[in-house]
Amino acid sequence: MNYLPSVGLEVHVQLKTNTKMFCGCTTAYGAPPNTQVCPVCLGYPGAMPVMNVAAIRLTVLSGLMLGCRIGAHSKFDRKSYFYPDMPKNYQITQYDQPLCLGGGLVIELGGQTKLIRLTRIHLEEDVGKSTHYAGCSGVDFNRAGVPLMEIVTEPDISSADEAVAFLLALKQTLLYAGVSECNLEEGNLRCDVNISVRPEGTGKLGTKAEIKNMNTFKGVQAALKYEVARQIRCVAGGGRVVQETLRWDPDLGETFSMRSKEDAHDYRYFPEPDLLPVVLADAQIEAWRATLPERPAERRARFMHVYGLPAYDAGVLTAERGVADFFEATARLCGNGKAASNWIMTDVMRLLGESGRSVTQCALTPEVLAELILLVERRTINLPTAKGLLPELFEQAGRPAELVATRGLGQVGGEDEIGRLVEQALAANPRVVQDFLAGKQAAAQALVGQVMKLSRGKADPQMAGRLVAERLAARQGGAAVS
Amino acid sequence: MALDIDQLTVRQAVVGLRTGAYSSVALTQAMLEAIATRNPAVNAFVWLDEADAMRQAEAADRARQAGQQGVLLGVPLAVKDVLNVDGHPCSCGSKILRGYTALYDATAIARLRAAGALLVGRTNMDEFAMGSTTENSAFGPTRNPVALDHVAGGSSGGSAAAVAGGMALAALGTDTGGSIRQPASFCGCVGLKPSYGRISRYGLVAYASSLDQIGPITRTVADAALLLGVMAGRDALDATTLDQPVPDYNAALTGDLRGLRLGLPREYFVDGMDPEVAVAVRAATARCRELGAQIVEVSLPHTRYAVATYYILAAAEASANLARFDGVRYGFRATGEGAPIDMYKQTRAQGFGCEVQRRIILGTYVLSSGYYDAYYLRAQKVRTLIRRDFDAAFAQCDALLTPVAPTPAYRMGETMDDPLHMYLGDIFTVTANLAGVCGLSVPCGRTAGGLPIGLQVLGPAFGEERVLRVGHAYEQSRQGEAL
Ligand SMILES: [Zn+2]
Repeated sequence: MNYLPSVGLEVHVQLKTNTKMFCGCTTAYGAPPNTQVCPVCLGYPGAMPVMNVAAIRLTVLSGLMLGCRIGAHSKFDRKSYFYPDMPKNYQITQYDQPLCLGGGLVIELGGQTKLIRLTRIHLEEDVGKSTHYAGCSGVDFNRAGVPLMEIVTEPDISSADEAVAFLLALKQTLLYAGVSECNLEEGNLRCDVNISVRPEGTGKLGTKAEIKNMNTFKGVQAALKYEVARQIRCVAGGGRVVQETLRWDPDLGETFSMRSKEDAHDYRYFPEPDLLPVVLADAQIEAWRATLPERPAERRARFMHVYGLPAYDAGVLTAERGVADFFEATARLCGNGKAASNWIMTDVMRLLGESGRSVTQCALTPEVLAELILLVERRTINLPTAKGLLPELFEQAGRPAELVATRGLGQVGGEDEIGRLVEQALAANPRVVQDFLAGKQAAAQALVGQVMKLSRGKADPQMAGRLVAERLAARQGGAAVS
Repeated sequence: MALDIDQLTVRQAVVGLRTGAYSSVALTQAMLEAIATRNPAVNAFVWLDEADAMRQAEAADRARQAGQQGVLLGVPLAVKDVLNVDGHPCSCGSKILRGYTALYDATAIARLRAAGALLVGRTNMDEFAMGSTTENSAFGPTRNPVALDHVAGGSSGGSAAAVAGGMALAALGTDTGGSIRQPASFCGCVGLKPSYGRISRYGLVAYASSLDQIGPITRTVADAALLLGVMAGRDALDATTLDQPVPDYNAALTGDLRGLRLGLPREYFVDGMDPEVAVAVRAATARCRELGAQIVEVSLPHTRYAVATYYILAAAEASANLARFDGVRYGFRATGEGAPIDMYKQTRAQGFGCEVQRRIILGTYVLSSGYYDAYYLRAQKVRTLIRRDFDAAFAQCDALLTPVAPTPAYRMGETMDDPLHMYLGDIFTVTANLAGVCGLSVPCGRTAGGLPIGLQVLGPAFGEERVLRVGHAYEQSRQGEAL
């Protein structure tokens, strides 16, 4: 019998706010433990939460990007459980009236597209971080109170690869919306994975197990593959999957039971009396919607249509919003989408990759790149000269036209001038000419190289090639006559 | 001759300080001497730093010499042990907060300080404000200064006893189900529970967040008006404060009741009430009629569900509010072996008293899956009905007159083995917290045995001017009479 897995994700995303969700402490990552704390986020007696509206805005923006319905009346609740990294021993979260409902995200895998439906998105506060040492444990509360958005999917995902495709698409969308840094190393994005399997042909989902707290996409993939196989083995062998919470051990490559259903927490949710319900006016939601960027998939389609780019190129250029913005600005300024695409996909991306910087962190701007493209297009300089200038312009601000003028890099343009250089090259390399006349076609390329060298790289290589070919042909003809 | 603060009001002290009749140092010295003499028998104060108090007084005197003003400049006030005062302990009458020192001022405290007030000492209370007698305190019980074999009421019993016992001109209390009004009534002082959202709760260690309010316990209604005016108003640190203007409460004290309709809720005059209390409140009602008020009978039909509703909702919120006391970050921590969860269990079992544990367990139970709908949700619905009762009543009258409690002060120990008996004593006060309205307790006579009796004036949400006007006019009309 064939078994089908059903997978649902609960993705926790730290929002990009300057301050925490309920106090004025900074959310900056990497400070020494417990240096970004106050009575509110430490749960001191008498301290009260005050809502950070930026967290609400970023959650609603995410919901709008993902096609959710925004709840007209939303509220916060207390979720009670005891753990040392929970300052109040209850977490302020949203139980039955989340900010966003429904929605979905289309993923693409092996040329096929598939809609993964979302159940909801709600907002809650992050907890502290425990570190365990021999004989004692430490808790860092710098992270406690950082706004955390939880995105819950329907169990629409049916493989580990789909799960990863969804996470990548989600990360891309959230980066586009500018709601989170989505930095996995800094714990900006973590997820819980719900898995069940059922025999093909049955509609009812099987009993699910949940793997908690995955913080790498590779981990999600490996854990899912393992757990799906484990559950299928179990069911196929006549066993039953137990509803339980699992932990993934990346070193052993296995899941382990943390607690069974019987030990499940009763979180005792009830409405948070210290915060007022969130009632968002339509005008407010529309004002936020107006600030939304184009979604990645839509932008990709538009790039193909407007700039005539192949699907692959459009995909590469829209993978990151910053790159897409850079491309589009360059294309508009130089009026040549193909050239802009070629430059960015090859040379610019290579420089970005080598330097480890993002497109907004380098000196190169769309204005500079467009100017460079236009200089080549108008044949003021040749392509190799332009490519030679790029690393410099990537590192420090400068105007290509000025560099060309001050350094005399302008292309040696006239047919007469290049013709003279071709003659020089032929005269200086009689043996190469002989080789060519003896049938060695590649010798022509060596002569073009000599012409380029004589022009100190400034000749139009195409013209040089054409003139070399013409002169050689003339000699060939001459030889035949004599 | 030493300054006598036995009867001194805040207003009189403000005048005395302003005119130079005495200094803040002299006034504070007198207060400290009174505490030294009288507190051992009463146990109103659980902590006092005399040097700190004198430093504050000296600073106030210097400020005055430098030309600074402030409506409360140099006036010492006592503070219930549940409000955070920067640098002072804040133990909420509990062992579990042993060793905790407040890191910040509560907003109400900051506003009093900005007005020039001195914050002197910590007054006793039922642990985490859970109780009606101030017998449930890790620091031992407070006794009623009027009759030492009786309780001072609670949970703000220490504050009421300090004011009634000549140890403080005025004190701050908190009221979740009657914790200001009932001890004020038992000790014979004035107690005001403002409307929910009138004074910021920031810095008040929460018992039941949707019910708690800070308020003054004073010797006169005018003093309550003065302190309310300083503390009231929107606070960015408490989302539940309302952005309502703060009126001049002193201007509301007209001295007459002409044109006011005062309602007597049928359900608040019940069989089983102490007859002396009934007589005193009826007499006070008659006095209000003489002062120009029209008296009408009204009904608050859901009153009989109020105590059960209150104990479900308050316990539910408390079970979460008190979860933070786990020994991890501050306060008492039990020593021993085991996992963190064992440390929690030991810390909380040893750190909390019986009444607190009882309410945490009750609150945990009513929020548990399978019971939430039957208890918590149902109680919320009844709360809405109680709120509507008040809306309907205030459509017919301007304020309500009721007893504060069905009985005068209990004997010490009387309710300790019978919490239900104590809970039922809250019947006339919990409704105001459930509905979010304001309430004032004013002395209205004594029993034959000399125990004070309190009249409660209830007003609509943000109707403090009305209850202060009624309480003040009644109080003035009885000036010179033995209360
Ligand atoms: Zn903080």
